[in-house]
Amino acid sequence: MIDWLFEPGLFVNHSVLTAMGVGAVVATVSAVVGIFTVLRGQSFAGHALTDVATAGGAGAFLAGLAPLAGFVGGGVVGAGAMDVIGVQRVKGRDIATGVVLGAATGLAALFLYLSTTHSSATGTTQLILFGSIFTVSSSTLPEVVIASVVVLIIVAAIGRPLLLSSLSAELASARGVRLRAVGLAFMVVLAISVGLSAIVIGSILSTALLIGPPASALKVVGRVGLGVVVSVLLGVGATVLGIVLAYDSYYWFPSHRGLPVSFFVVVVVVAEFVAASVLQRSRRTRAPATRPTTLAVTSGGH
Amino acid sequence: MFSSFMTNAWIGGTIVAALAGAVGFFVVLRGASFAAHAIPNGAFAGAAGATLVGVDPLFGLVSFAVLAALGIGVSSRRTRNDVATALSLVLMLALGAAFLTLSSDYEPAVNALLFGEILGVSASEILPVLILGVLCLVALVALFRPLVFTSVAPDLADARGINATFVEIAFLVVLALSTALTVPVVGALLSFSLMIGPPAAARLLASRPSRAIALSVMLALATVWLSIAGSYTFNLPIGFFVGSIGAVMYVAARLWGAVRARRLERVVL
Repeated sequence: MIDWLFEPGLFVNHSVLTAMGVGAVVATVSAVVGIFTVLRGQSFAGHALTDVATAGGAGAFLAGLAPLAGFVGGGVVGAGAMDVIGVQRVKGRDIATGVVLGAATGLAALFLYLSTTHSSATGTTQLILFGSIFTVSSSTLPEVVIASVVVLIIVAAIGRPLLLSSLSAELASARGVRLRAVGLAFMVVLAISVGLSAIVIGSILSTALLIGPPASALKVVGRVGLGVVVSVLLGVGATVLGIVLAYDSYYWFPSHRGLPVSFFVVVVVVAEFVAASVLQRSRRTRAPATRPTTLAVTSGGH
Repeated sequence: MFSSFMTNAWIGGTIVAALAGAVGFFVVLRGASFAAHAIPNGAFAGAAGATLVGVDPLFGLVSFAVLAALGIGVSSRRTRNDVATALSLVLMLALGAAFLTLSSDYEPAVNALLFGEILGVSASEILPVLILGVLCLVALVALFRPLVFTSVAPDLADARGINATFVEIAFLVVLALSTALTVPVVGALLSFSLMIGPPAAARLLASRPSRAIALSVMLALATVWLSIAGSYTFNLPIGFFVGSIGAVMYVAARLWGAVRARRLERVVL
């Protein structure tokens, strides 16, 4: 029975353990930053920055620089460009993100093309786009942990004004919060966190873990503090479960071709979200008078 | 550049650009950039799946694109629009990744689908692209008034009894069909650039919807033509040109707008 769920060798396999460690760290940071991303309605920017970071990573690969610097640097430059074009105004935000994203994908196409024709790096494209948590070397773990701690410290430092300005911009500016500065600081944090997760787990998972667990948490929990905790638990849980399933899936097909980790993690994340939505609805129908939960995840345009 | 093997590229590119310019205007007007980015990625998953089971990729593209559009449209009623779009997007991409792992065609095929392979447009692809393209344009003309109305004055449209959800879903389906056509030509990642850069620039330069649409189509055509020429001349991926020309157009339009505003200020003062 145990062998059926955990294929033999799962917990002694070094790369699996590294993957789980790195995955848990990245999932935690994404879950925390994601709460604010969802509250501020910046999912598109959060996703677009993965592609921008990917362009940076591809550029760094081409120039022979450290990929982590490329991913994080690309993300921060992209976040700055979005801010200059006008990410703070809700109306212009969509276009600003779109224009930067369009330019970044163009650059990514160029860099990937150059690096695949000028060097024999087969599989680079796939790796950059879809990431592969199993190829994370244990030597990157310290770097990832340090960058993650930095992100969490900045979030803790700007947490209160950020939360206030996310929930009510008018109230925040009446209280003397500098909206533009807080917004820009958050974009930089978002860019670092997304660049980090994009290089470690690929851009698909980066968005999935940034948006999925926080959106689920905000559906079932009323307070933001508790939401952060639930979001982290959901994110880490999805990552670990996804890695286990991906490891198992190697034995599912006669061809011994395991399905990618990203696939399983996304399936778990979406399942969590569906469960959270069902829970939210059943609570609403049971107690229509109290109107609990849902801070921001109600219907409405972005 | 105009030799026979390039003919299909020019024809296919022209159809796609005209369509993207028209649809893109509404994408920009409605702030639907995220959906316009997510749907082609869903379509990419469909194409990967179709290759896996041995069906025509265009069928996979169209069905997954429409599926993605309906998923976004339906789930947006109960969840925040950007969250619903993000989750639909990652689900589609994850499926695409799984399909790719299971099928044996590896990198070149993926690159072509993601970044486009305009030289790979075959004569047999032109006719379905043309037919679906015309259908989309007809649907846009039919939806023109309610689309503009619900985008510009949602409350007024509601009072007039226009069903905003229906208009939204109909628009997303048109968007899905037109992205499905664009993907094989310019790729999943850049069909998006074509729908944002030129229309966003056009909206800055022209205020009346009909004029802005005409300008948007013209700018999109210019983008694609320049990109094909650039791709051919410098032997670089077309996606790079589409992406950067779109962004340059937008920035130029912003600068032009700023200069014009300053001149106006001076006249008034």
